[in-house]
Amino acid sequence: MNLQAFLVVAAALVSVGLFGALTQQSIVMLMMGLELLLNGVILGAAAFWYFLAPAGTEGQVLIVIVVTAMAIEMAAGFAVTTAIYRAKRIDMTDDAAELRG
Amino acid sequence: MTTALFVVLAVISVVAGALVFRVDSMARATFLLLLSFLAVAGLVLMTGLQYLGVVIVLMMVIEMVVMAVFMIMYMMNPAGLMPMSMFHNTRGSAVIAATTFVALAGGALLVDWPVRGGAPAPDLTMALGESLMSGQMLTMMTLGVTLFATIVGTVVLAAGRGRYDRLGDELDAPESDDRDRGGVGR
Repeated sequence: MNLQAFLVVAAALVSVGLFGALTQQSIVMLMMGLELLLNGVILGAAAFWYFLAPAGTEGQVLIVIVVTAMAIEMAAGFAVTTAIYRAKRIDMTDDAAELRG
Repeated sequence: MTTALFVVLAVISVVAGALVFRVDSMARATFLLLLSFLAVAGLVLMTGLQYLGVVIVLMMVIEMVVMAVFMIMYMMNPAGLMPMSMFHNTRGSAVIAATTFVALAGGALLVDWPVRGGAPAPDLTMALGESLMSGQMLTMMTLGVTLFATIVGTVVLAAGRGRYDRLGDELDAPESDDRDRGGVGR
């Protein structure tokens, strides 16, 4: 158990989350991918705090920020999903393409 | 012992996370994601952050239950009755994800990390609380304002009809424009 092992696991979580967020058609599944990605960030922050700078509290504060970001992402994401579904009966990312450049 | 626990939790977190996008049931996906989160919380607990580890466990359990409600609302392929592809652009995404993993893991393994500096505070929860209430006060206030903005924003987004739809732009309509009559004073 060392910093490198923790960071490789965190990198795997970020990559899997990124893959999910990019491939999923359902908006709910897309958000699961984003959550998984942020989960990797939490693990990375905890590892950096423990193995490099345990004397400070910055690593812990970073985890608090990421956990809050996950809650905000869930709430805002589902509010947007509800709004777009009510307006256009859309629950898939492919259909919600009116902002495509 | 510690190494074995680390390996088990690490494998569970990554495999369960990957299975989230392999199973064709969104209900199973939700609970696999919860399993992945719990394994990560276990890894965080292994670094000695008891308070944050427990916060992650509690928050993720509640969050996945809330997510299950929305998952049922917007379910694709309910009960396996409508088999369909839930993916798009799989190959490009796999390349991007693999590249990201190689870059991040390569960086983690190749960088010459500095040695560990200092020792953890005796009471980590106390240290975090004191930090948030002194040096990191700006962070805490920003989080609070952001959460409040989220509450307002989500209510505005999720509300189908607000008072301006019912009573006009100046809120002075003699009678509210509702689909069904009723309510107090009408």
